Amino acid sequence: MPENSIYIARSTSIAARALAGEMMVMNPTDSTFFTLNEVATAIFQAADGQTPLQEIVRDRICEQFDVDPEQAQADAKQFVTELSTHGILLVSDQPLRGETP
Amino acid sequence: MTAPARKIACVEIGGIPIALSTTDPAFFDLLQQRYGGFLSSAPSRPEFELDFDLSAVPPSDQDVKVSRSGEEWIITRGDFHARWDNQTGRGTVRQNANPYSLDSVLRIVHSLILAERGGFLLHAASAICEGQACLFSGVSGAGKTTMTRLAPPGITLLTDEVSYVRPTDDGYAAFGTPFAGELARPGENRTASLSALYFLEQGPENRIDEISSPEAVRRLMRNILFFAEDPGLVKSLLATACDFVGKVPVRRLTFYPDGRVWNAVGDYSRSLQEVLEHA
Repeated sequence: MPENSIYIARSTSIAARALAGEMMVMNPTDSTFFTLNEVATAIFQAADGQTPLQEIVRDRICEQFDVDPEQAQADAKQFVTELSTHGILLVSDQPLRGETP
Repeated sequence: MTAPARKIACVEIGGIPIALSTTDPAFFDLLQQRYGGFLSSAPSRPEFELDFDLSAVPPSDQDVKVSRSGEEWIITRGDFHARWDNQTGRGTVRQNANPYSLDSVLRIVHSLILAERGGFLLHAASAICEGQACLFSGVSGAGKTTMTRLAPPGITLLTDEVSYVRPTDDGYAAFGTPFAGELARPGENRTASLSALYFLEQGPENRIDEISSPEAVRRLMRNILFFAEDPGLVKSLLATACDFVGKVPVRRLTFYPDGRVWNAVGDYSRSLQEVLEHA
């Protein structure tokens, strides 16, 4: 397990749907609705609770999108923090059980 | 001593009849008056039935809360307590003889029935124009009631407040509802295929613009009436919203509030129809 790893998993209580290349995510408990862009969608879809966030960004984002690796890691952490405050993503320093929407 | 006789008013909205039963003659009269245009004959074994108990509900300001207990939905608000079982199609309501409580219970029960059938109630005005139904949705003050007030003769108003939408073999249809907003007039009990959903904004001139599919879904979800914080229900509604946006044109209608907006809607409906016919 890499040091200082962050693990992310999709909450089992949310609704998510892909449309026209964007992911729409809704939390029924507070009716918050997010439309995720391509990069955010890639992170969301890879949030299996088992793969560290750093690895997701390295393999799924930096490999596929033209982004600065350091900036991508920082942006991903900010994105994950925002979605976790709305109960969309679960975050832990240990592997988590997730759900495929 | 015999129990008082139950009287049944069968109210059919959106092609879904619900038998409303009561032992109170005055409440039965209220049902018949309020839903006069939507009454149908009660079958011997109705598919859906709500039994009303008019014993007093202690006054409270509690907001509506819809929660699930097994197969049963528990629906409570300060002015009513109801239970509804989607599997059996049976429910009970305890409320005062108040028409607003009655409307609210019916809307919630219909929203639960529709969610399982791929339909929904939308915070929108709707009307039949050129033989096709149009929905006009938006935030409060966007112009739903204004649109219905500006409607010329020949337009059939389905509602100025809560639109009833169900899937059909080749798209979606809108139905009239008795749920009135500021217009204080129930809609016509008619139905037609949906030609478009317009999100309203008022502006200096009439124009109709396309909006992206994700934006259309976002706006649609914001205006669908659903009351339960139930993950399964929300997942089902999001799937329905995506399907709807894939089948029904969703546009932004910026309008100047005079009668000419209906010419713009009529012209646009015809152009959509022509596109469909040539597709």
